[in-house]
Amino acid sequence: MEPFTVVTGVAAPMMIPNINTDAITPMAAGRSTSVDLGKMMFNNWRYNLDGSEIPEFILNRPPFRQSQILVAGANFGCGSSRERAVWALLRFGIRCVIAPSFADIFRENAYQNGLLPVVIGADDCAALGTALAHAPKDGCEPQITVDLERCVVRLLDGRELSFDVPAERRAALLQGLDEIDVILGMESAIANFQKMDREQHPWIYLDRA
Amino acid sequence: MMSTNTAPQTLVDKIWNRHAIRELSDGSTLIHIDRHFLHDGTSRQAFDGLRRIKRPVRDLNLTFAVVDHILSTLPGRTGESHPPGIERIHALRDNCRQFNVELYDVDSAHQGIAHVIAPELGITLPGCTLVCGDSHTATNGGLGALAWGIGTTEVMHVIAAQALLVRKQKQLRITFSGHIGEGVSSKDMILYFLSRHGVTAGTGCTVEYAGPAIRALPIEARMTICNMSIEFGSRCGIVAPDDVTLQYVANRPFAPKGVMWDRAAADWRSLASDDGATFDREIEFDCNQIGPQVTWGNSPQEAVAIDEALPEPSSVADHDRRQALERAYSYMNLTPGRTMEGVPIDIAFIGSCTNSRLSDLEAAAKVVKGRKVAKGVTALAVPGSMAVKAAAEAKGLDKIFLEAGFEWRNAGCSMCVGSNGDLVPPGKRSISTTNRNFEHRQGPHSRTHLAGPAMVAAAAVSGCITDVRKLLSQN
Repeated sequence: MEPFTVVTGVAAPMMIPNINTDAITPMAAGRSTSVDLGKMMFNNWRYNLDGSEIPEFILNRPPFRQSQILVAGANFGCGSSRERAVWALLRFGIRCVIAPSFADIFRENAYQNGLLPVVIGADDCAALGTALAHAPKDGCEPQITVDLERCVVRLLDGRELSFDVPAERRAALLQGLDEIDVILGMESAIANFQKMDREQHPWIYLDRA
Repeated sequence: MMSTNTAPQTLVDKIWNRHAIRELSDGSTLIHIDRHFLHDGTSRQAFDGLRRIKRPVRDLNLTFAVVDHILSTLPGRTGESHPPGIERIHALRDNCRQFNVELYDVDSAHQGIAHVIAPELGITLPGCTLVCGDSHTATNGGLGALAWGIGTTEVMHVIAAQALLVRKQKQLRITFSGHIGEGVSSKDMILYFLSRHGVTAGTGCTVEYAGPAIRALPIEARMTICNMSIEFGSRCGIVAPDDVTLQYVANRPFAPKGVMWDRAAADWRSLASDDGATFDREIEFDCNQIGPQVTWGNSPQEAVAIDEALPEPSSVADHDRRQALERAYSYMNLTPGRTMEGVPIDIAFIGSCTNSRLSDLEAAAKVVKGRKVAKGVTALAVPGSMAVKAAAEAKGLDKIFLEAGFEWRNAGCSMCVGSNGDLVPPGKRSISTTNRNFEHRQGPHSRTHLAGPAMVAAAAVSGCITDVRKLLSQN
């Protein structure tokens, strides 16, 4: 996967709690590989039924059309296990989602694909969302920096908020390592386990040939 | 692996420990996966990944595949009946053929929703680990399996290695006490729980459902409860195996037989949480006061009893929560203060991995029998598997549904998620036995109310959401 080190970019505030994977990637919008996931992301919030853009939606408004970071409400990514939700965000250009909390499967999928889920406190998150929403009116760029090397978010006013990422996740993201390589490196342990387990729980090991 | 630890253990500890291959220094554990279910919705890129790393399917004996998500449910359907699904169904067929994975295709008597057929075929066993690229995989926890949903990258990991790197979650025990009354189902229990504890009550936790009200439930009803675990944030929900479980599993096609059965059964009886085992969190939950539930908003926690007034957003202190309620009222075109009784519906859907098993269809048929689907309402009954369909037809349920004006469909995920073309049209209102009432879930601008099968049946024949107990008392 693509490494994540430091990302500086426009951050879009979407301060709704429980933004679910059906909102990010609706099934009815099509499952073909020919669908551009970046274009269909947030399909029902972004477009009218006739396909025209809904101008009020944050990601349809400049400068947020070029967002690389989302700042969201709690429990981001709840709902289904579809990894398409992560792929769609990445395809659009989002590299990092900042929220007070994430749904478990979404967070796992995000780590597996090099999308960084950053947890910051609800109050800090709400304040950041408000500052970003007001930034264009105040004539300033709604741009922040997420630095995984130092584990800090640099805010609009230059202040920094630190965040936690499990050490092994951080290392994998910084280097762009795929977890499958770690798992396949333990093949002999898996084979040994199965040999022993087959003795103890033989009913697990079906013979369907 | 046998643990040498003599301290009291939970059900989850016991299953976890016997599947732990290796603990890594970072706190994650390589866990053996006993059963893996692939489906048309989330497996294609996993096979692409497998080709990229030039690996075979490591354990074909432990790997199953089925077409369920994108498949038409119409009578006479083929894999090509729903044109937008053809590409993915053909990809699954090609991948299963190339890698020798057994596929329950459209013409198989075993075809059905993965989480319905895994238990009914005896693929799911108590004490096993089971994963599938679908968030409702915890349904299998109703049999005492440690089962959870994974993304497509992890699907590829399991295909290639039959193991996953997992960080053990906190453990939450929810103890259900009391009794549920006539016209109330396990769906109402879990919706009521969601309404009281919210959509993040289980985030980061594996849930054990315990207590007399759980023990009193048949397996299919336990599966409905486990199915909804993810709706309050838990990837994994489980009920300890007991006599009811063993009776369910016995003699199923992939279940152990003879001497092996005796050995397995004895093992499964030892899995229940030990007295004195400690949980990270405990919730006690009384079922005595639960009436038929229905959701009004766009989050599964927005459930009310049929005779309960809808909440006033102005009474909610939390700003985000208040805004979410206002948004839901606008999307659902409802007003605070009213009850759900009498809200007219356009579509009634009985199906999905939550409520499409034989007992669900029986509960609905009991209400439908001798009545007609109300004018202007489209009603669908979609069995969870072709085996459920055959069993229902053997009992004459198909005739009850058809005579009432329901459509009687073939098995699949159908209108739960709308990826097979079974959609709620824009602006229309459905009552549905499914698991998610999110905005646009059943189709763009659809309005979804979640309820149990009897409540959906009652709405279908009444033309509006109503208290099923009134209809049952007239039977």
